[in-house]
Amino acid sequence: MTNPIEIRNLTVAYDKTAVLKDVQFSIPKGSLTGIVGPNGAGKSTLIKAILGLIPKVSGEIKIYGKPYKAKDRLVGYVPQRGSVDWDFPTSALDVVLMGRYGHIGWFKRPGKEDTILAKESLKKVGMDSYANRQISQLSGGQQQRVFLARALVQDAQVYFMDEPFVGVDAATEKAIIQLLTDLKDQGKTVIVVHHDLQTVEEYFDHCILLNKEVIASGVTEEVFTVEQLHQTYGGKLAFLDKGKVMVEQKR
Amino acid sequence: MEQIGQMLLAANTQWVLIGTLLLGLASGILGSFALLRKQSLIGDAVAHAALPGICIGFMLTGERSLIILLIGATVTGLLAAYCIQYIASASILKEDTAICLILSTFFGVGIVLLTKVQQMPSGNKSGLDSFIFGQAAGMVSSDVKLMAGAAALLLMVTIIFFKEFKLITFDAEFAKGLGLPVSALNFLFMTLLVAVVVIGIQAVGVILMAALLITPAISARYWTNSLSKMVIISGIFGAISGVIGTLISSLDRGIPTGPFIVVTATIIFFISILFAPARGIITLKIKRRMTNQKLLREQGQVK
Repeated sequence: MTNPIEIRNLTVAYDKTAVLKDVQFSIPKGSLTGIVGPNGAGKSTLIKAILGLIPKVSGEIKIYGKPYKAKDRLVGYVPQRGSVDWDFPTSALDVVLMGRYGHIGWFKRPGKEDTILAKESLKKVGMDSYANRQISQLSGGQQQRVFLARALVQDAQVYFMDEPFVGVDAATEKAIIQLLTDLKDQGKTVIVVHHDLQTVEEYFDHCILLNKEVIASGVTEEVFTVEQLHQTYGGKLAFLDKGKVMVEQKR
Repeated sequence: MEQIGQMLLAANTQWVLIGTLLLGLASGILGSFALLRKQSLIGDAVAHAALPGICIGFMLTGERSLIILLIGATVTGLLAAYCIQYIASASILKEDTAICLILSTFFGVGIVLLTKVQQMPSGNKSGLDSFIFGQAAGMVSSDVKLMAGAAALLLMVTIIFFKEFKLITFDAEFAKGLGLPVSALNFLFMTLLVAVVVIGIQAVGVILMAALLITPAISARYWTNSLSKMVIISGIFGAISGVIGTLISSLDRGIPTGPFIVVTATIIFFISILFAPARGIITLKIKRRMTNQKLLREQGQVK
């Protein structure tokens, strides 16, 4: 059986410097994968390159054995929450409906069925009572849930999420991880850019350590080792007791 | 009063009113998107940059054919828009600097050319100077029909692509992820924006056209939190401004239309910023006072 995601020799560059060098990995179906690495390691770039949002220099990206095409609707995407202007005049339900635009097609408005799906999706993330709320009046965690609901109505097989846990409260973080686990159990494949090393082992069954190139990828127990983390973070690690690790905060 | 009554009966005035109404509607609607895309100032630059195109159009043909003048305006307007985006993306200059640079350069060249045109034998009767502040009442009926038709067309295209424009304005990256041709849609929107500016300059003038684009949109933002409602309200505000400005300027020869359209739009803006139900400054003050009094009364009861 083909893996849902196969990446070979992927190189991406901004201007003249390579941001991703010869990246290569595959991700099995029904897994929950964390992409982990220091700031500037190219984590978001990797996701964007896979989705075709930024051009690649070379390499092969295959989603279910085929070159990725947005029209196949196999992929759902949750961008970073900070990437949009939340003062935009629209409601939570409206944002979720945007996830249906790929299904609706040109020249048509979202129909009744789309609205029902969008409301169901809001319910899944615990936001059904906020459907008509203006998005600027939502908290950071609620905004993140709306973005998640929008990805859910895309009804995709593979989900990419860019730092969904940044700036959210503990309850939202729990709710999101529960949702991701549910997706996994339904046989969907979920890839999450993550930066909190404390929770990697708890949340993800697969893991990619990235610092411009792939340091290691595979099952979390094998990949997430002190030695390989050292290699990924290059001495910027601080070791806490009980073998827990965290990145030194440099601000 | 009698004078106004007679004026309204004149067929040409009715056409002019329909024309400025549609223009205000189209410009209010496209202006809403421009505002949310943070492209308000690009509209201003495009309007100013239309002037050299108008003059070149006149100089090449030697006659005042609106179609030719508008084609000239479109060419230099689009050129200005792309120059701004190119400078902002390819140089170290920021977008606001690029806009300022392009606006003043193109407008300066436009004024130089306009002076030249007026020294030409056919030029001083050309009435090109009315493009600066706009002269809707003086428009001949074929010009008005052209403006009305073009405005109606722009409206239709915007309505057809409403859903896509909404998504690329809110979250262009997600739109790309869905497979929408975002660059093509950006290009289409920019073309619509330039087009509405260009068809508006004869009535409103190059200097103030941007105000008809943006003022109704910022006013409308005060009244609603929904994009579709904002677009409709902004269109209505634009249409009201267009019509009232035209009526005032038709009262006498030589009253420019643009300034009165803009003054009307500005009055609507002040009403909105002060009294809009959810966001108006005075409305908020009254609401706060009522809440405070209610709280005080409740506390009084507790004591």
